[in-house]
Amino acid sequence: MDEKERVEIRPLPRIGDQAPAFEAETTWGRLALEDFRDRWLILFSHPADFTPVCTTEFLAFQELHQSLKDLGVDLLGLSVDSVTAHIAWLRNMEEKFGVKIPFPVIADSDRKVAGLYGMIMPGESKTETSRCVFVIDPKGVLRAMIYYPLTTGRNMQEILRLVKALQTTDQHGVATPANWQPGEQVIMPPPKTMEAAEERVQQGMECKDWYFCKKKL
Amino acid sequence: MACIQPDGSLSRSGELILLAVHAPATPQEVARETGADLFLVRAAMREFMQAGYVEKLGDRYQVTPQGEAALEGAKAEKIEEIT
Repeated sequence: MDEKERVEIRPLPRIGDQAPAFEAETTWGRLALEDFRDRWLILFSHPADFTPVCTTEFLAFQELHQSLKDLGVDLLGLSVDSVTAHIAWLRNMEEKFGVKIPFPVIADSDRKVAGLYGMIMPGESKTETSRCVFVIDPKGVLRAMIYYPLTTGRNMQEILRLVKALQTTDQHGVATPANWQPGEQVIMPPPKTMEAAEERVQQGMECKDWYFCKKKL
Repeated sequence: MACIQPDGSLSRSGELILLAVHAPATPQEVARETGADLFLVRAAMREFMQAGYVEKLGDRYQVTPQGEAALEGAKAEKIEEIT
């Protein structure tokens, strides 16, 4: 491999770790991860400005923005394009689609943030960031990660569902089953003692067995 | 949304945020008063601190004489635009 083509492969951040700190140029000026503390943050990357799949995603993120804001979640985009390219693309979206993008986008030309978060998948592209989503909680802990390839636009409703599920877990100390939607039953953590297992069954929860109990919040 | 222009003058959002620091205020209070995102206010305070426009008192920020001068400058520019 040519020295110029060599891509540094770093370990991916892990769920439960403190999200890697950064300070970066964005379309809203210089922002640091620290600025987002006390609120949830969705940090997401896209491969490149002025590309059709990314444009559909930005329009979809814009549609989601108010719902996320109401949940105490901020959005922060990222690609390796320059601030100038980002501005031109965002203005183009406003002109062609009548949509103003209401969140900042990192210009990660030196790929520092992309490197910290493992957003570049060299097997897919050595230069572009893949479609990554990092959900970071108000304490700066990485709570969930989603990776999509260059060809496939993300499902915004799943991102919204994921945030709501994490917030429900934090608020009520429960887990959420497959395909859970807000308002549906949640899963109680398994009891840790025989006594708790017996109590669980007697408490009137919907239990298939002592370890599998659901309840309505 | 950088708050300070390359010539040291305040951008529109910079002026709005700095004006909200009329008494020592936390970023949360400034965000509430201006309607600006909290992360943007925190970034603005960092920028203002570096420029010497605000100083930190515990968890609150206070406008310095340099910050007051920048606000006066913004006011003067507006008057010039109107007249």
